[in-house]
Amino acid sequence: MQIILNGENSEQLDGLSIAGLLAKLGIGLERVAVEVNLDIVPKSNYGTHMLSDGDRIEIVHFVGGG
Amino acid sequence: MTDNTDKLVIGGRVFSSRLMVGTGKYASFEQTARALEVSGAEIITVAVRRVNLDRSKESLLDYIDPQKYTLLPNTAGCYTADDAIRTCRLAREAGMSDFVKLEVLGDEKTLFPDNEELLKAAKVLVGEGFTVLPYCSDDVILCKKLEDLGCAAVMPLGAPIGSGLGIRNPYNIKIILENVKIPVIVDAGVGCASDAAIAMELGCDGVLMNTAIAGASDPIAMAEAMKLAVIAGRLSYKAGRIPRKLYANASSPLDGMFL
Repeated sequence: MQIILNGENSEQLDGLSIAGLLAKLGIGLERVAVEVNLDIVPKSNYGTHMLSDGDRIEIVHFVGGG
Repeated sequence: MTDNTDKLVIGGRVFSSRLMVGTGKYASFEQTARALEVSGAEIITVAVRRVNLDRSKESLLDYIDPQKYTLLPNTAGCYTADDAIRTCRLAREAGMSDFVKLEVLGDEKTLFPDNEELLKAAKVLVGEGFTVLPYCSDDVILCKKLEDLGCAAVMPLGAPIGSGLGIRNPYNIKIILENVKIPVIVDAGVGCASDAAIAMELGCDGVLMNTAIAGASDPIAMAEAMKLAVIAGRLSYKAGRIPRKLYANASSPLDGMFL
């Protein structure tokens, strides 16, 4: 399936959860937030929320800022 | 002599330091961490951005202990209420805290706030339980509206963000101080330590800055200067300054003159 991950096209296997995606990317669950099609997914749902073809995923965290 | 009972309370949390510091524009994460430590700040601002999918790059929180500071995520770069609200919701999910520095910008050249959008966003966010600290114009009517909406503080600008022009309208800040009950924190415009002291001498509850420290030739030394300026300004305000007079008033007695 094709998803849009942080603004870029990304090919992923079907049946991938958010937890699976983060693990694949090497991103810890702490201190990130994940949005799927503009809806925030609570951390408790990362394991059960399956990604679908065409999903727009944003994974954000804190960076330096004023 | 520092008054240990003189605390800043925002959104139910108690802080000893009245200096808040941003984490952007430093030469390195090591420098960021050192400047924050030297500044004595307890509240530090951060921005919300996409994670770098190339995990070889380090991130800010590898250097800064989030247990040691109250992270104040900002909505920098947002030009609409909707974008700012979306950013705050993401920040809460990422940081597990309700504190947000709400800024909704009007244009790229001035980075002045779009106060209409700001009010819209503040209303929604307060309703969702956020502790909202809005960056706003130095306008008392606006600040009163933000207070009425339930914001935890108001953060009027001293001058444009990153300009270093200082407190351009101290009388507006004074009027805000006399008319709102929530903490007033000057956010933006400070260029040097005396600017921070002026804000505190006006009676402000705190000062928030980033560029003045990060952009200084020696950010670590400037962080210390700002720490001391905020403490000195606060003490000076509490001590009560003398009235301004046009003519001299001798400090030495006239009695006992022998000439």
